[in-house]
Amino acid sequence: MSHSRKLLVLVLCLALFSCGEKTEEKDKGFKVERQKAEPGDSQELSMDTGIKASERVDLENKGVGGITSVDLAAEVDPTLAAEGEVLFKQYCMACHRVGKKFIGPAPDGILKRRSPEWVMNMILNPEKMVKEDPLAKDLLMEFNGSPMANQGLNEEQARAILEYFRTLE
Amino acid sequence: MKKIIYSSAVMLCSLVLLVSCGEENSKNRGALSSGAAEKVYVAPGEYDEFYAFISGGFSGQLSVYGLPSGRLFKVIPVFSQDAEKAWGYNEETKPMLQTSHGFIPWDDSHHPDISQTNGELDGRYVFINGNNTPRIAKIDLSVFETTEIIEIPNCAGNHSSAFVTENTEYVVAGTRFSVPIPQADISIKDYKGNFKGSLSFISVDPEDGGMDLSFQILMPGFDYDLAHPGRGASHGWMFFSTYNSEEASTLLEVNASQNDKDFIAAVNWKKAEEYIKAGKFTTMPANYAHNVYDESTHTATSTMKKEVRVLDASSLPGLVYLLPTPKSPHGCDVDPTGEYIVGNGKLSADLTVHSFKKMIDAIENEKFDGEAYGIPILKFEDVLAGTVKQAGLGPLHTEFDGEGNGYTTFFISSEVVKWKVGSWEVVDRQPCYYSVGHLMIPGGNSRKPFGKYVVAMNKITKDRYLPTGPEVTQSAQLYDISGEKMELLLDFPTIGEPHYAAGIPADLVRERSRKIFNLTENKHKYATTTDADVKVVRNGKEVHVYMTMIRSHFNPDNIEGIKVGDKVYFHVTNLEQDYDVPHGVSMIGANTSELLIMPGQTETFVWEPKQVGVWPFYCTDFCSALHQEMQGYVRVSPASSDLELSWSLGD
Repeated sequence: MSHSRKLLVLVLCLALFSCGEKTEEKDKGFKVERQKAEPGDSQELSMDTGIKASERVDLENKGVGGITSVDLAAEVDPTLAAEGEVLFKQYCMACHRVGKKFIGPAPDGILKRRSPEWVMNMILNPEKMVKEDPLAKDLLMEFNGSPMANQGLNEEQARAILEYFRTLE
Repeated sequence: MKKIIYSSAVMLCSLVLLVSCGEENSKNRGALSSGAAEKVYVAPGEYDEFYAFISGGFSGQLSVYGLPSGRLFKVIPVFSQDAEKAWGYNEETKPMLQTSHGFIPWDDSHHPDISQTNGELDGRYVFINGNNTPRIAKIDLSVFETTEIIEIPNCAGNHSSAFVTENTEYVVAGTRFSVPIPQADISIKDYKGNFKGSLSFISVDPEDGGMDLSFQILMPGFDYDLAHPGRGASHGWMFFSTYNSEEASTLLEVNASQNDKDFIAAVNWKKAEEYIKAGKFTTMPANYAHNVYDESTHTATSTMKKEVRVLDASSLPGLVYLLPTPKSPHGCDVDPTGEYIVGNGKLSADLTVHSFKKMIDAIENEKFDGEAYGIPILKFEDVLAGTVKQAGLGPLHTEFDGEGNGYTTFFISSEVVKWKVGSWEVVDRQPCYYSVGHLMIPGGNSRKPFGKYVVAMNKITKDRYLPTGPEVTQSAQLYDISGEKMELLLDFPTIGEPHYAAGIPADLVRERSRKIFNLTENKHKYATTTDADVKVVRNGKEVHVYMTMIRSHFNPDNIEGIKVGDKVYFHVTNLEQDYDVPHGVSMIGANTSELLIMPGQTETFVWEPKQVGVWPFYCTDFCSALHQEMQGYVRVSPASSDLELSWSLGD
């Protein structure tokens, strides 16, 4: 490479750098346009329905786990629901907030979208659910792969939390 | 053509080399051909048959291995700080290392012993001694953590420790170095008659395992080296080996080797209890730390104790008898029946075995040979059960297999020797690589040994492993002792220095191992067991952050209003309630680089920010797919700033 050529390269490099600086001054954000993940993004969608897992309604699916049937009385049991609220605050609130998508979905109106059995199985056995239940699998992907923690609750505790959820319609 | 000849020659040479290598190897690979590899192989996902708790010597720790694989599971910090577990670094565990000499984060840990019930291992606790700044620690095997440490007053070089009696009534401590008791500013030359030994009996609460220094026995100024409890018929007695009965204070390697016999001191601790009950003790002023870790507060407290009950062996008849034992005995081991007490005279080639029955007979018939400072010396011939003759050079320690055999290590001739209890004949010997110290058979010093393996812990490694500079690995060796002949199965590296060890069938421990701490039982003063209670509180220059963590965020993760000169306490609670989901936390510029917090646990570190700016903190233990996202910021303003404290998550 001759000297003049080297000089040319150097000049071009400098030019590039100075160009960069200028652009940065003009536009401090990213130069690449990035879209927020919206419905339609394949990661968040189930292939067949086209609806976000968190918004999908599936009242037939009981989930995978030990809970196969739950009887809900017509009226909410306020004592049990209050118990559930305490448990929810203790064990769940770190990731689930009422009225707000947080680390995981909001529990509001969950029983309009899920069966009570599914909800309890998800609380009691999240590892198995995200592996074996298609809906739970999709939810895991919708929520960035953030795993639902197994909080070691027993069936009675999960039932109380379920009763609390009934008050959040 | 030339090339072909050349390459053929090379191949031929290679073949010759290979073949000769093969021959050489087959000689060295005795293990493979005899199936040793299979015997130590624990397939992926399978469990070892035994836990081995091997002392960490001058590192002050206790290591946990699996046998027969020799795999290392955990290093438990005991008399040490441990950057892996934040032990001794976080605010909760710092009090565990308090002593009358201040904060002493280091010791020399020698002899682990597992708690017993009816003379059999019960798998509740491991006790281990701190040799240098005399202490005894208790490791709770439900958590594999040190939960109690008691300092031993009137003691120096707590070597003959931490051995338990057969119902864990007591853990003993004995002073290796005699000292003025109470300590005094006197000439070292005045050793003889003025320096004393002390043997301490630390009671263990049968319910909660709480330790208490029950009493000490004041002894002549010998060196008290090792100990083991009586069992069965000899339950109620504790046997201590002694050397330096010459009471030398200088050049001991010569001056403490003058007498052809030293002693095993037989201590009747049931008699001691009677004397205590009868008020025959003196209460001596003392100053020693008692440190207890409370599992519900996740916090240790240190209390200074101010007195100790002392019994004087010289003036209390029937409390102690001396059994003459050649020659500077080191190990002092009792067979599973409790009848035989083996003294390993380390300058001798023989093993001396005393009989408990004969000892009692000699005491009852007052067959005394003299006395030392008022303590009766029994006649050697009257207590001797037998001698294992010319078994090797430099005997140190003995364990038993429960099948009527003893196994003794010989330091100088570097071997383990198997001999028959009763006939005293040598049955087998296997070399150690090199210079073996202690050996361990799981339960080998209890009524019920599990005589399948013996672990030899070596003092010298030399050429057994790839070199790692002048300091080579410490090492142990595993032998199969299920047959008539011992068989070397495995070399495995250990942390330094492996002195004694204690082994136990895994089944006696595994089921009790805790998985998590229950959040609702967390009584830590600064616990935050629900996200609703997250807060940051200022109290002058002291700021307390009540923080939670769960996969995969901290709450709060943005904090503002911290100022240069503040002392910021991060009290961090792990809200997880699932097995094996710990989180870590690290703050730039803090003296700790990681707290490792188990599910349901709260730990605290202190951060004193010195520079204005915005500083990150993060999770140090890979916790989930979003572990790298588990981070936060603290804004630090100048000392003069009047920015109010604020904190948030997700806003």
